[in-house]
Amino acid sequence: MSEGAARRAGLYGAVAAGGFRRYATYGTATAAGVFTNTVFGFILSYTYIALWDERPGLGGYDQSQALTFMWVSQGLLAAGALIGGGFQEEFQERVRTGDIAVDLYRPADLQLWWLAGDLGRAGFQLLGRGVVPLAFGALVFDLALPADPLRWLLFLVSVLLGLVVSFALRYLLGLAAFWLMEGTGINMMATVVSIFFSGMLLPLTVFPGGFGEFVRVLPWAAMLQVPADVLLGAGAGSGARAGSGAGAAAAGVVRALGFQAGWALVLLGLGRLVQSAATRKVVVQGG
Amino acid sequence: MAERVAEAAPARDRPVWAPPPRRNRAVEGLRGYGLIAAMWIRSTMTYRTSFFLSTFGNAAITLLDFVAVYIMFSHVDELGGFTLPEIALLYGSSSASLGLADLLLGNTDRIGARVRDGSLDTMLVRPVPVLAQVAADRFALRRLGRIAQGLGVLGWAVSELDQLHWTAGKVLMVPVMITAGAAIFGAVMVAGAAFQFVAGDAAEVQNSFTYGGCTMLMYPPTVFAKDLLRGVTFVVPLAFVNWLPALHVLGRPDPLGLPGWVAYLSPLVALVVFVPASLAWRAGVRSYRSTGS
Repeated sequence: MSEGAARRAGLYGAVAAGGFRRYATYGTATAAGVFTNTVFGFILSYTYIALWDERPGLGGYDQSQALTFMWVSQGLLAAGALIGGGFQEEFQERVRTGDIAVDLYRPADLQLWWLAGDLGRAGFQLLGRGVVPLAFGALVFDLALPADPLRWLLFLVSVLLGLVVSFALRYLLGLAAFWLMEGTGINMMATVVSIFFSGMLLPLTVFPGGFGEFVRVLPWAAMLQVPADVLLGAGAGSGARAGSGAGAAAAGVVRALGFQAGWALVLLGLGRLVQSAATRKVVVQGG
Repeated sequence: MAERVAEAAPARDRPVWAPPPRRNRAVEGLRGYGLIAAMWIRSTMTYRTSFFLSTFGNAAITLLDFVAVYIMFSHVDELGGFTLPEIALLYGSSSASLGLADLLLGNTDRIGARVRDGSLDTMLVRPVPVLAQVAADRFALRRLGRIAQGLGVLGWAVSELDQLHWTAGKVLMVPVMITAGAAIFGAVMVAGAAFQFVAGDAAEVQNSFTYGGCTMLMYPPTVFAKDLLRGVTFVVPLAFVNWLPALHVLGRPDPLGLPGWVAYLSPLVALVVFVPASLAWRAGVRSYRSTGS
């Protein structure tokens, strides 16, 4: 690695660490969030049990896989900012007040700067609000968590890719403030879409017919459905499904991770295009 | 946490200011609430597109919950022994109740932020009850979206349930259930706000009882474990928001085997739960010590 690249990596590492620490200071809020995720997990568990009692194997999951899916989603939703939260509101506020100009003349790439900060935030919430609810769910309900460490590793890679896709979409929301000036409405709509199309309400494999196929290729599937399916392994759901056998399972995982990486690249690229249009707009307005 | 509270509570002088001559406190509160709410509505209307988007979004977020249930019913005929229109009755009533409470009192969950940044101090010296100010603060008219959507689903449910024998009592029970349900959710919000005087950032705990409660109440009680049902009947009486009255409307037995007349108790329960909630609120305001920022 060249010296410049090393310095840049150090810079973004520091920004990410800052994002992590910043959220780590909200201890009470994190505890309260864990409580909420656990309560919701509990309530939804009973409805999932009722549904899978009625229709065993629905969506390609048995009952304990469905419960696992749901508890994993409770563990991921804060990290992926699937129900709102995250950096985009602060970004929009900085656009509204003009503080974004300060960010623009920093000797750092605007998009990478915010990505690093958001990944730091997500990292904390994965530990703070992810592990505890999942552990609680595993204690009370019969979950299908894998014993294979490799599967957990692949799951973490998939989670990371999902977080980048989530960031890239929310970065576009942040940039929208250059034109809209006020983000409440568009953030709300984005949250609506993400709650529904990520699989948080119901696994996307349960969505019927052509509509189901459509929702499974959208970027929101990369945030929750795909990581959960990578954890559950071959045969479960569709995000990483590939029949049976080790080779087919590996192919399924590769396809799942490729799907996520593809969306990450497309959306990050789109963000850069919109960003250059947006920053030209700043100059026009005089800051 | 508990230690910090123990430190903060004693040895504090009451603020020295003479209250203005009192008119009726409730009237003052409502007047102040109205003025603040009107101010926020005007302010929201500055960004009209954003307002309409967020009102629509507010309705859509909750509607998607129902779409998820609808998708479930594309695979099953019954859930916990209940049909889709029956669940729609539960869903519509709990959604409308929560929407109403959220519109009127939902912003009390910002009290933790106000304690932290010290802006509660300003509210304490104004001649309007603090609760009215906190509740009306950032009044969000977009929350009409949830109410409208809940009532819409409720209307659909009632039209689909035309085979039910609708007596005058049952018809009357629907609006009473929504109003009393809103009051019960409102009491939970006030109690949650009071809790934030103790635990600053704990707004989310309140959400698990309000939004979490609303999610639970949209499914039939038969889905849940008996202990959970006992908890939401006797501890935090959310079952009175819609389960008990709605089971009566639907002519179904209550899984806990309570006597039939409990279905009529919702308004009374709503009144009763406001007593501990408002006591907690008072205790919270009394224990408040400015951060000086």
